[in-house]
Amino acid sequence: MMDPYNFAYLDEQTKRMIRRAILKGVAVPGYQVPFASREMPMPYGWGTGGVQVSAACLTPEDTFKVIDQGADDTTNAVSIRKFFQKVADVAVTERTRDATVIQTRHRIPEELLTEDQILVFQVPIPEPLRFIEPSEVETRRMHALEDYGLMHVRLYEDIARHGEIATAYAYPVKVEDRYVMDPSPIPKFDNPKLESAALQLFGAGREQRIYAVPPYTKVVSLDFDDYPFDPTKAPHPCALCGAEDTYLDEVITDDLGTRMFVCSDTDHCAQARGDGEAA
Amino acid sequence: MIPLLDVTRLTKRYGPRIGCADVSFRLFPGEVLGVVGESGSGKSTLLSCLAGHLAPDEGKVIFDTRTDGPRDVLRMSEPERRMLGRTDWAFVHQNPRDGLRMRVSAGGNVGERLMAVGARHYGDIRGKALDWLDRVEIAGERIDDRPAAFSGGMQQRLQIARNLVTGPRLVFMDEPTGGLDVSVQARLLDLIRGLVRRMGLSAIVVTHDLAVVRLLADRLMVMKDGRVIESGLTDQVLDDPQAAYTQLLVSSVLQA
Repeated sequence: MMDPYNFAYLDEQTKRMIRRAILKGVAVPGYQVPFASREMPMPYGWGTGGVQVSAACLTPEDTFKVIDQGADDTTNAVSIRKFFQKVADVAVTERTRDATVIQTRHRIPEELLTEDQILVFQVPIPEPLRFIEPSEVETRRMHALEDYGLMHVRLYEDIARHGEIATAYAYPVKVEDRYVMDPSPIPKFDNPKLESAALQLFGAGREQRIYAVPPYTKVVSLDFDDYPFDPTKAPHPCALCGAEDTYLDEVITDDLGTRMFVCSDTDHCAQARGDGEAA
Repeated sequence: MIPLLDVTRLTKRYGPRIGCADVSFRLFPGEVLGVVGESGSGKSTLLSCLAGHLAPDEGKVIFDTRTDGPRDVLRMSEPERRMLGRTDWAFVHQNPRDGLRMRVSAGGNVGERLMAVGARHYGDIRGKALDWLDRVEIAGERIDDRPAAFSGGMQQRLQIARNLVTGPRLVFMDEPTGGLDVSVQARLLDLIRGLVRRMGLSAIVVTHDLAVVRLLADRLMVMKDGRVIESGLTDQVLDDPQAAYTQLLVSSVLQA
């Protein structure tokens, strides 16, 4: 009898195609490589790009972790984790340090990643210039010619309207002094962590693009001389673990508007509280 | 004296049809050249070819660059031509919607060229934008408004500010006063004339409006069916037209 699924769902030819795109992306950091994105058994917007990149990277020996907004236990994270348990039978974990491949939506783990890890981002709109230049032909030409004045027009508009660079997530970066890149909708608090020891891969399923930031690549957040980049966070400690250096979620706890701020990275918070073994 | 722009036998065909054919002229620093003709005479095609928006089939366009002296624009690489397009050149479209970013504030519109050539200081960019809004008679308090909230004449003046902020040496204008009512036209012409004279700009103004060239242009080229049929000093061509078509053109204007 045939196996119901090939390892990690995608057929080998598709995985090779995706790996070629990944290799090209690694060779040209920040450049959006087109690839033939497949239909996945989930709707667009649920991480089809990330899932395809993960499928192309996973080996049977890997340990897989999925986070959604920093949490391991939200719908998106749970269903993607279950998906790969089923179709790849890989080990899974919630501990950042134990994972070899981490798929993420909208966060970078607080814990520093290592050279042995791959971080896979789910990307909704890979083109950082999209909202100011609707034409794909034109944006590709702008990337080719390094014509990035428009990116600063966007930041200028932010300051003119809000008195500061109000872009709080998907904050544009310049990779290795060449390509301007959308780091996916991570909070700008995470931008400094894009300069990492781990390989970072970005997959956009609907838009059919893959791009990469190889280990130790220079990643600079765009800014003005008199309005420098500022990776802000809520001015509170975590209500659970007390950490002051982590990105926080604001949680409303009753109908009276009482709120608490807790780490968005659930694993990091649990480790800090010393009951990480519960996972 | 080295001409700023030296055009030789420029030809552009659209299949079997002629866009413009065999156009040659020289433009010297500080000079304003008018190009007139009826619609379909090839004047806009000519302007697009000169500005690098269209690739001509034959001919040479030699521009006297600041750094490397005279160079053939048509043989430049795309990045070089783009750089020229946002430093030494400016292009004022007939419809300000084509030349402005309608969803970006007036200040952002003026600042775009500065940021494109590397300005990274918000305060400086804003200061320059304010200065230029003032020069084109737009109140500074409108700096954060979008062009959509501006009148047609203001939009056109904003487009001019946006183009001139990097101190270009050559301005291409395609019907700069088209679609504006006469009093607004008059003020705009006045403004353009003042800026051109004060900044010592060279300009090529394409229009079908003889009054515009009478006011702005030092020299005039008359085009018909893609070819230049007459050229000379503006007053000379308008007051003593030689070609039959030019005579027709001049006599078609209603004398108010």
